[in-house]
Amino acid sequence: MEFALSEEQRLLQDSVRRFLEQNSPLDKVRLAAGNTHTVQRSLWAGASELGIPGMLIPEDFGGMGLGFLDAAIVYEMFGRYVAPLPFLGTAVMAPLALMLAGSEAQQEKWLPKIAAGEIIAGVAVTESIGVREGAGVKAGKGTLTGKALFVVDWAEADLYIVADSDHGFHLVLPDAKGLSRRALDTIDKTRSVGELVFDQVSAEPLPRSSADAVARVIDAGRVMLAADTLGAGQMMIEKAVAYAGERKQFGRVIGSFQAVKHLCAEMAAALEPSRSLVWYAAHALDEVPGDARLMACHAKSHLSEVGRFVARTATEVHGGMGFTDLLGLHYWFKRIGFDRQLLGGPELVRLEAAHLQGWAA
Amino acid sequence: MKEADNSVFCPPGEIHYNKNTITRIVAAKGQQMDIELTKEDDAFRAEVRRFISEKLPRELAERETVGASGERGALRRWQKDLHEKGWVAVNWPRQYGGTGWTPMQKHIFNEEMAAANAPRLSPFGLSMVGPVIYTFGNEEQKKQHLPGILSGDVWWCQGYSEPGSGSDLASLRTRAVRQGDHYIVNGQKIWTSYAHEADWIFCLVRTDETAKPQEGISFLLIDMKTPGIEVKPIISIDGLHHLNEVFFTDVKVPVTNRIGDENKGWTYAKFLLVNERTGIAGVPESKRKIAHLRKIARQERLGDGTALADDLAFMTKLSEIEVKLTGLEYTNLRIVADEVAGRPAGPSSSTLKIVGTEVQQALSELAVEAAAFYAMPFQREHLMGIANEAPVGPAYAVSVTSAYNFGRAASIYGGSNEIQRNVIAKAVLGL
Repeated sequence: MEFALSEEQRLLQDSVRRFLEQNSPLDKVRLAAGNTHTVQRSLWAGASELGIPGMLIPEDFGGMGLGFLDAAIVYEMFGRYVAPLPFLGTAVMAPLALMLAGSEAQQEKWLPKIAAGEIIAGVAVTESIGVREGAGVKAGKGTLTGKALFVVDWAEADLYIVADSDHGFHLVLPDAKGLSRRALDTIDKTRSVGELVFDQVSAEPLPRSSADAVARVIDAGRVMLAADTLGAGQMMIEKAVAYAGERKQFGRVIGSFQAVKHLCAEMAAALEPSRSLVWYAAHALDEVPGDARLMACHAKSHLSEVGRFVARTATEVHGGMGFTDLLGLHYWFKRIGFDRQLLGGPELVRLEAAHLQGWAA
Repeated sequence: MKEADNSVFCPPGEIHYNKNTITRIVAAKGQQMDIELTKEDDAFRAEVRRFISEKLPRELAERETVGASGERGALRRWQKDLHEKGWVAVNWPRQYGGTGWTPMQKHIFNEEMAAANAPRLSPFGLSMVGPVIYTFGNEEQKKQHLPGILSGDVWWCQGYSEPGSGSDLASLRTRAVRQGDHYIVNGQKIWTSYAHEADWIFCLVRTDETAKPQEGISFLLIDMKTPGIEVKPIISIDGLHHLNEVFFTDVKVPVTNRIGDENKGWTYAKFLLVNERTGIAGVPESKRKIAHLRKIARQERLGDGTALADDLAFMTKLSEIEVKLTGLEYTNLRIVADEVAGRPAGPSSSTLKIVGTEVQQALSELAVEAAAFYAMPFQREHLMGIANEAPVGPAYAVSVTSAYNFGRAASIYGGSNEIQRNVIAKAVLGL
């Protein structure tokens, strides 16, 4: 890997940046945040024109056949603009599950629809990361029973991909008998998660499912969350620096005070090296399978910590304004907070990394 | 209360010091701290416990435990009960309705209140403007305002910050122009917590445009019902309404509502800030949160069935915070001892504010860590204490993220921690 983005990748990132800048400004995000559990159809249609839902899907199925690094730099932009779109489940985790574990027929049926932006695909894998409080999904003969929490891209999903407790993936249709769905409001209003309760719900297994396939879907999700935090964090730094250059106290802009300068510099010093980690983790998903899982853990846990530091510090630089709804900085703050907890908090992920390296029993 | 809950956390196998042992050790070392547990103190502690068990509504304590705000009516009744017992104004002099307790009694009282999850009373009257009124106000003002503050019948809010005057508070521009027996007040305040529920506001206003900024400020008490006052909500990061903007348009305030001398308001304002900062340090509250977190750590099971309390990384973090907090606690006692001995407490309130808010933020961070996935849900009804259904996830997890998010404000309000460092650099280190 040449340690830089290619010309094509820069163009891709630029076009996504322009698209979101124009089509998903803060006032649109704010409106979307009031309807967390609805899909912003026109925005998703625009993203579909750019090929985003199918970016990881092979060209044979109508996708772009790009790699995870491409997906990561796109999701970085989503984070940057706190885009209220179902990218993580629909464009990354669900297609990957289908590609790794689905039958040809399943792939032919669903991947082209995802690639075209026609359907939303929710993904339930949280129970494979840490089960608590009676959650967990058991597979019987062609049915699922149990409860899945924090289902990614829950809202208006046309299809759910659900991992059971034995590392099997299943396709579940939202109108399946015995399935109850419950929206879950979270701190982050730009992405939808929810709960699925299964009572003998008929489900179609993905025949090539394996523990490895489930893990790879989670790895990919984690790298994407790290990329999202990277973009959101970068934006928070830019906002903080801009605010420090405008806000005056004691007759000078606050950015002229060393205390404030250092806050800004510390953020930059923490975030910039993380970019390389995210890139390498995404690249490893594509090209260095032996490194992929560990790097996904590293990127997820490190960006969680750096992201939190940046989120807090940028808020501090904004003074009182930083924690008002009016300014909207909190959308970034919460996006980073949500990224941190989803698919495993850094403490848990670091422990996984220690296990992977044989450092923990 | 069990002895263990009172103890300083130590890794297993080490000696378990509890508060009383440490107090005795500190006292035995002959430091200038007039604190030693006597029989009277033990009896006092028993009396406080009895009062709490009789009067503190269980529901208030429970809501406090999970971080939901208490229902207003219940809070008022609790304050009334404390007031009737004469225990509402712990730090006020006895002549104004305070307790006249020894520092040790105050310490015991605060400790017991925190241990019982008693909610903190609104500080604006009791800790902030009350002391200003009895220290700098005239007899009329004391008579008019102190009883309402003590009984909780009159709620106050604080009119300090303005849009252009946060860290640089002395640059404030809300003007009060003298017109006969009145001031005519025009301007705007911001970040005014609970202005929408308050009966009165204490306000810093500019009464001399020509003097140096600090020398042209006066301290006014303003009835919120006065025509020309408009309150607009500011929704904060937790999605709730605590904060406000307050607009003043030709508000007529009797000159008799001014505290002390015209243009001397900065002196009174700073006096209040010292109390505010000490209060913000929130040591008893943090202590309670540590006890609560330790309880959670024992209950919470990880995926493999072990308790969070077995997770050395988590418990080490908790322990580090507790050590910091213990330092703060004794710093508080030292300040009290200094006050009793007539030595000025000085800028130590800045240190307390920095470390106290850092401890609060670190604790809120650990609570999010304990809740893990369950830190994500935002459950408004549960936060407001008006939910009918069971929450998603454990009850304690409901408020952890809101507390973490809103807790970011702690390093900003009451003078940002950056400003406090400047105060220390200047006033303590002479830089």
